[in-house]
Amino acid sequence: MSTRLDTPIRVEGGVGASPTRPDGIPKLRGEFAFSSDLQADRQLWGATVRSPHARARIVSIDIAPALAIGGVHAVLTAGDVPGNPRFGQERADQPVLARDEVHFWGEAVCIVAADDRETARRAAAAVVVSYEPREPLTDPEEAARRGETFRTIEVVNGDQARRGEVVVEGYYETGMQDQAMLGTESGLAIPDSEGGVDLYISTQWMHVDHRQIVACLGLRPEQVRLHLAGIGGAFGAREDLTLQIHLCLLALHTGRPVKMVYDRAESFAGHVHRHPARLWYRHEADREGNLVRVEARVILDGGAYAETSAAVLANSAYFAAGPYRCPSVHVTAAAVRTNHPPAGAMRGFGANQVCFACEAQMDRLAAALGIDPIQLRLRNALGHGDHLPTSGQEITGSLPTAEVIRSVAALPLPDEGPGDDPRHLPGGLGLTTPRSAVHRGIGFAVGIKNIFFSEAFDDYAEARAVLTPQGLEVHTAAAEVGQGMVTVLQQIARSATGLSRVRVLFDHTGQIGSAGSTSASRQTQMTGGATLEAAAGVRAEALRRADADRLDDAGAWRGGDLVATLEELLAAGPITHLARHRHAPTEKPSPTGQGNLHAGFCVAAHRAVVDVDPELGLVRVIRVDTAQDVGRALNPQAVLGQIEGGILQGVGLAVMEGLVLEEGVVRNASFTDYLIPTILDAPEVEAVLIEEPEPGGPFGAKGMAELPTISATPAVVAAIRAATGRPLTRVPVRPEDIVGL
Amino acid sequence: MIIRLTVNGTRQSVEVDGPESLLHTLRERLGLPGSKNACEQGECGSCTVLLDGEPVCSCLVMAADADGADVVTVEGLAGPAGALHPVQQALLDEGAVQCGFCTPGVVVSAAHLLSINPRPAPDEVREALAGNLCRCTGYGAIVRALAGPAGEAP
Repeated sequence: MSTRLDTPIRVEGGVGASPTRPDGIPKLRGEFAFSSDLQADRQLWGATVRSPHARARIVSIDIAPALAIGGVHAVLTAGDVPGNPRFGQERADQPVLARDEVHFWGEAVCIVAADDRETARRAAAAVVVSYEPREPLTDPEEAARRGETFRTIEVVNGDQARRGEVVVEGYYETGMQDQAMLGTESGLAIPDSEGGVDLYISTQWMHVDHRQIVACLGLRPEQVRLHLAGIGGAFGAREDLTLQIHLCLLALHTGRPVKMVYDRAESFAGHVHRHPARLWYRHEADREGNLVRVEARVILDGGAYAETSAAVLANSAYFAAGPYRCPSVHVTAAAVRTNHPPAGAMRGFGANQVCFACEAQMDRLAAALGIDPIQLRLRNALGHGDHLPTSGQEITGSLPTAEVIRSVAALPLPDEGPGDDPRHLPGGLGLTTPRSAVHRGIGFAVGIKNIFFSEAFDDYAEARAVLTPQGLEVHTAAAEVGQGMVTVLQQIARSATGLSRVRVLFDHTGQIGSAGSTSASRQTQMTGGATLEAAAGVRAEALRRADADRLDDAGAWRGGDLVATLEELLAAGPITHLARHRHAPTEKPSPTGQGNLHAGFCVAAHRAVVDVDPELGLVRVIRVDTAQDVGRALNPQAVLGQIEGGILQGVGLAVMEGLVLEEGVVRNASFTDYLIPTILDAPEVEAVLIEEPEPGGPFGAKGMAELPTISATPAVVAAIRAATGRPLTRVPVRPEDIVGL
Repeated sequence: MIIRLTVNGTRQSVEVDGPESLLHTLRERLGLPGSKNACEQGECGSCTVLLDGEPVCSCLVMAADADGADVVTVEGLAGPAGALHPVQQALLDEGAVQCGFCTPGVVVSAAHLLSINPRPAPDEVREALAGNLCRCTGYGAIVRALAGPAGEAP
């Protein structure tokens, strides 16, 4: 693997600029085709019958009343799944359709296809499923006691006998956050005439979907082709399968195209959520504030099926001690199986929960030591050349922890108090809160997370660059979920070739290899890295053919002379280059969680300012300022968009977002009852980008899009603690927690 | 039943089911999928259209109630010769589009705001857009676009 610190070729719209995104105008005009906008001739609509119980035995399923409805073409149950009856990304443990038992509220039992959406919904409601409810397991600690675990990790690093003079302990909880992407799950499956199927789908990783779909359909890989359709946000919700297999089953069974679009309630039931966590911590330091020992015990509630819990747990375990040096660490972590809805990927992927707890601990430690919390963090800040306190691996890339802390601490604070404008007060135009009732607080937090897949996962991304007379094409299977990868790939390809006319094209699974998931902050480096290699390969061949030294939209140049147009370059045959990019290899952990488990890290610091009405428990988040490690900002505008959007999701987890579960049943599966921040809830954000080029990243870039969410949450809660004096050990912070009821 | 309405300047006569929403009529019967469906409860604003000049969630309007109305969707907002509406241009330039699912509703709400308040202050933008959920951008770029260049357009 060569270094990626090469100097970019000067070209309009290259790296470092912020060109407008190529899908921007279609999206603004309403012309961009999301997966929910697709149509096909003779199309049917699908719908799903879901369990109303968290745990039950299925006594019987009577599909006859549904089949009796005019316009209903198929009603399928577990017996209609021709291949593997179960799917799963890490472990095939989840039934495509439940057969004998259901293990969570919302589990799919039966699917139908009908002439239109309303008929499909009526048919789903007409299926009579007789259940015998059982006692659900909803206590994750009880699940841990019973050994109902997807994975356990023990991390032991350093001299376990070390003890510090100053000790703080704490217990923390985090709730179940939903990705709440605006576009719900949707797709269109079209059967071919030879027993295969084309699936047009919004997903984060087509190839891993494809593997699972093929297994459950019992088809050969080439018989199933996944095509990326327009994706309305993801944030982890689309990393595990939802309706993919169901769509294919219905299409193959009916021989007609089938479309499904979840409504919002079904979306809450259909996809994975952020793992709720329970966390016990003990931090020990010497009198000067040097961390001496961190002990943590972490339980993640994985819900009913494995999904990606094992990988999420690894992040919780390995980032449990934060971005700090510490000579003695002991972490035990378990992802447990309960009868809650399955948990999986959400922006931050296991790092958020431990960051919330660890940063609260750092504030407690600072208070116990009587030193400034920012100084405590600076004193222990982890950096290049240090060793991760958990796995012990050396940080060989950039990790400017001290720089992000100093930079955000140096930003100016807003005026002393709120003005009289009620729009800026807690409660807003509800006029609940006079200015005199407002208490202001300031909080601080730092977060760390890995980039890429870790623990020896074979992580790669393919891209193919093709020179055409009209410019360069970049072919990829990587999912553009909104983050702007489509723009950044254009920029990388331009800066690698000198060509300004670049188009990014999404190939189906039969046309190109995997790009890996659009997750783990990895695509700018992974598919970006593959794009750089592929584009550079095309340029090298073009220059070789013309014995030239420079390429641009006109053609190949030698000195000041144009020696071949793009068409002339292609006269001797096409110029294409397929690249498969890998990051530096990682290792599996030793039995004590040691090893080079990760190939890259990212760090950010946040400072939140909140105004609180402590009598009513109302919070207004005024500002969240940040300094963020980005390697090199290939597109500063897109980086800022990730920072602002990510922060607001972290704010949401801090003060409003939590699924409410009663005996395993979700009680707030709607945007009326599960609140996400509106524009009135959005704080002002000032962001400082710390640009230390990352070795191996394309032009020094580093994945960065999860960190804004990770440490925004503890910063906001620290600010509310500062304003109220309450311990606030659980997120989301509820009004009653602030009032003290 | 058959309803008659004007959509993006074109008179339409369309057969609708009794309880169906205007959003359904636009998307499924009139071939206008620009208006999005993200909650069907009037919470997210992604289905916002102008109904007789006022922004509404089309998921909450019964198609039958739109009989005789003048409806403008995101598809009808472009300027002369297909030029972008100033709101669209400003949102594009500021990077206020990410996944884009909320974007059509944001565009319609913002176009209405600028039609009654050509130079909105940031707080006025926030009030006008309070019914449009966006999960990607954190709203910063939306505020900068609408309180900045779009508001300065002639």
